[in-house]
Order: sequence, then structure tokens, then C-alpha cells
Amino acid sequence: MAIEVRIPTILRTYTGGEKSVEASGATLTALIDDLEGKHPGIKDRLIENGDLRRFVNLYVNDEDVRFTGGLETGLSDGDQVVVLPAVAGG
Amino acid sequence: MLTITSAIRDEIVAHAKRDHPDEACGIVAGPEGSDRAERLVPMINAAGSPTFYEFDSGELLALYKQMWANDEEPVVIYHSHTSTEAYPSRTDIGLASEPGAHYVLVSTREHGNSAGPVEFRSYRIIDGQVTEEEVHVTEAEPAAHQGAVADDPAHQHNQQNESE
Repeated sequence: MAIEVRIPTILRTYTGGEKSVEASGATLTALIDDLEGKHPGIKDRLIENGDLRRFVNLYVNDEDVRFTGGLETGLSDGDQVVVLPAVAGG
Repeated sequence: MLTITSAIRDEIVAHAKRDHPDEACGIVAGPEGSDRAERLVPMINAAGSPTFYEFDSGELLALYKQMWANDEEPVVIYHSHTSTEAYPSRTDIGLASEPGAHYVLVSTREHGNSAGPVEFRSYRIIDGQVTEEEVHVTEAEPAAHQGAVADDPAHQHNQQNESE
């Protein structure tokens, strides 16, 4: 099952500079574990204490996963996942 | 060094004054790899706060998709401080996630919504390291947009050369 994951500039050090990579998983949690296997270290940049980091946005087919079940959001073949760090500050 | 037109600088300053006492935020996009700050995109501060800014997550995605479609990247990411100096706060440094961008800080603490000079400063923020840089303001407009010169073959030719 191939799912395209769009990687932001700041995390491309983990993907050898690739802007997008393929991964698989029936849920976001599984997908992120699969990503971690291929690109070690990336999971820690997305997840903190078992939850999505506050200032990381994940989208599945353009929907912010905070509104679709978070890390338990289900995935199907051909879905598009986008990772975008929040643009925020004080 | 950040090079920016006076027109775009003035729009950023006007946005900051308009939104004072809340923080204003936005980006200036430009062609990937060009370092040209060409397309101003003022954003709504979803935090609506005098001490914090954050792009709305849906608008953030729409913005990035538009930039990807145009082969653009964020050349400038700007926001205002409304009661402190135009220097990145600890939060700004911790959350900075575009190592290629110029982080522009504007301070409206002196004049608020009124006319008057504002601090306008630019920084690189990479791996928690802040480096201030010179701001070079030009009067020239950035390269003419396609469409505006579409009827003029000479201009079209020039534009093609530029994009190569």
C-alpha cells in the first residue's frame, strides 16, 4: 500500500533531501512507524509523548488530522499525506 | 542580506499597524532558489493575540500548495511585535522551521496604529541560532508579471531569458 508523504524542508535531512517519500500503513500511527523504519529519527520530530506535536500539522487528503481522528486517522492506498510545521511564534 | 522592494516593505508595515495591538503575520513568496521576495501574502493571525501568532492550519496548507504549484518558496516570513523590540523571541526561535527564509520582525510598540516609523529588521534563524542581517530596500518593482506584458513580444522575450 503506497501513500505519498510530503516532507517539509526542515525534515528533509531525514529523507536524503527528498521532498516526498512513500510509506505504508492502515493508520497514521502505522504510517509514521513505517517512515521511522526507513528514515530513522523522523518520528521524534512528529510525535511527542505518543501524540502529534503541537506545532506540527499533518494533513490527509487536505484535511487537518486534528479534525479527523488524529493519529488513528485511517489511510487507504493512494492517499496523500502532507507534513507542515506550524508557522508560529511569539 | 534581505533585498526587498519599498512597496512590499510598506505593505508589511501597514499590515502590522492595522492589526496592532495584535501581532500581524504573513509571508513573501518568491521563485524557488531565487531569494527574490516577490509575492506578499498577508495571513490571518489565528491566535488573535498581542503576544503570539500562528497561521491557521487550513490556510497554511492552502498557502503551501499554492507555492508548490508555482515553484515558489517562502522567501520572507514576517510578524510583528507590538510591545517589544523587533528581535526574535525565545518562542520565535524555538518554532522557526524554515531555515531558508528571512525572518522579518516589525515592532509597532512606538506608534501603534498611527503613522510613524517602525523598526523593520531581518534575521536568519537556523538550529536555534539567530543572525541579524542587513535589509536592502530597493525602489524597483520585481520582474514584471506575466499577463501584464503578454501583448508585448519584446517583454515576453526578456521574461523568458530571465526564467532560464
